[in-house]
Parts: sequence; C-alpha cells; structure tokens
Amino acid sequence: MKENGIALVSGTLFGIGLAVAQMTNPAKVIHFLDVTGAWDPSLAFVMGAALVVSAIAYRVQKTPISVPAGIDARLVGGSALFGLGWGLAGFCPGPAIASLSTGSPKVVTFVVAMLAGMLLYDLGLERRRDPAA
Amino acid sequence: MTEFTPGSAALGGLLIGAAASLLLLALGRVAGISGIVGRALVPGEGESRGWRIAFVLGLPLGAALVSAVTGPLEVTVEADFPVLVSAGLLVGFGTRLGSGCTSGHGVCGLARGSARSITATLTFMIVAALTVFVTHHVLEGVSS
Repeated sequence: MKENGIALVSGTLFGIGLAVAQMTNPAKVIHFLDVTGAWDPSLAFVMGAALVVSAIAYRVQKTPISVPAGIDARLVGGSALFGLGWGLAGFCPGPAIASLSTGSPKVVTFVVAMLAGMLLYDLGLERRRDPAA
Repeated sequence: MTEFTPGSAALGGLLIGAAASLLLLALGRVAGISGIVGRALVPGEGESRGWRIAFVLGLPLGAALVSAVTGPLEVTVEADFPVLVSAGLLVGFGTRLGSGCTSGHGVCGLARGSARSITATLTFMIVAALTVFVTHHVLEGVSS
C-alpha cells in the first residue's frame, strides 16, 4: 500500500509538472517541433530541467536498473512511429493522460486510440515473438 | 503561435524530474509513462498493476490541481478526429515497440546516459519535427 501511495504522489507531482510546463497543450508541443516556423523552444527547458534533476537521482541511486543493451530495429522503428504520432497530434503518453482532467473529447479519443495501440503491441506482436509469454 | 515561457517550463521540468526521482529512489522504478501504462494494461510475468495504476491516476489529478489554482488548462488540439485516432495508435504502438517515450527515454534514459535512449530520443525528435514540417509547411489540411 505504501508503494501505491508513493506512486500516486509521484504521478501527481509529474502531472503538476506537465501542466505547469504546459506540455498538456499540444499547440505548445507542435510549436516546439515546428523548428522552421513560429518556433517556441520552451519544451527544451522542460526536458533540460527534468534531465538535470533526474541525473542527480541516478547518481544517488546505487542499484543499477537492468535494461536490455543494444540499439536494434525495434528501438529505432518504434521511436520513429512514436515520433510520427507525436508530430501529428502533439500528444505523448504522459501529457495526454494528464489532459484527461479537462474531459475534452479530443483528448479522450487520443488516449483510447493510444491504449488500443499499446494493446495491439502487447497482445499481438509480443505474443507472436514469444509464444511462451 | 505560443509564447516562449522559459520560467514555467523550467519549473515544470523541475517537478517532472522530482517526480521521476521519487519513483526511482523510493521504488526503484523508471518513470517511463508508456511502459507504466503498457504494463498496467498487460502486466508481464510477476509484474504488479497496483503502483502503475496509482501513478497513472496521479497524472490527471496533478493537472486538475494546477487548473484549480490557475484556471482551466489550455489544451489546443489542431488535429481532427481521424488524425487523433491514427496518432494515438502510432504513439501507443510505437512507444511500446521502442520501449519508451519522452519521459522514459527523453528524461530518465538520457539522465542515465543510456545510448539506447539517446538513439531513441534523437529518432523520435527528428521524426516528430519532420512530421510537423511536412504537415504545416508542405501539405495542407492535415492538422487544421
């Protein structure tokens, strides 16, 4: 239960940060990505600040996280697909879920589609790769 | 056009970093939203849904808290419904295939100095920027 409590606090803090940073506003994201147009570099400051704080935590953290090594086609391919989707709607997972607080039908649509996409992967591709899973 | 807001951007980023740090130091978990959501939906063997659902619930709660103080959040979505559905599917599938998103790779992965995350982040940033370039400066009527 304590684990859930900490996770809830972390998620809430994360959501506050997203809203304060205005990452919950796709227009802000699109204008960050619109490098040749009316460029708004704000997002760089969001990621920069988040990175600096997180880097400190990773220094303090003693136990290393076990993560698969190697750069493969799935990493690059998946990231490209994600980038395409992100560039089209200006939403990535965190801000989209946080923006559900507005009850906007557009946000709900995106999130439902996103969950469907995730299920497509987790139930489809993953299972086919490893039938024992 | 959106205003350049370095102050609130940095503050927001600070809070995001703090949230990720809390998750890491207290629970030993990576605050990668796509992974957290993905495994809350379809847990792997031995993986628990509980903390993941709690985290995900916190996201709109945090946003709601901010709007309670500063007024309704501005959420300007140019994309129409067909584009939103396509984009959602791409983001959902792509982040799971690529093992992360802007938080997992872009914040946590880069903070660790992970080569995988550097590659992933560069990839999705470049592709996203190209997508916006094409939809806003080459094609007409994709987004608005």
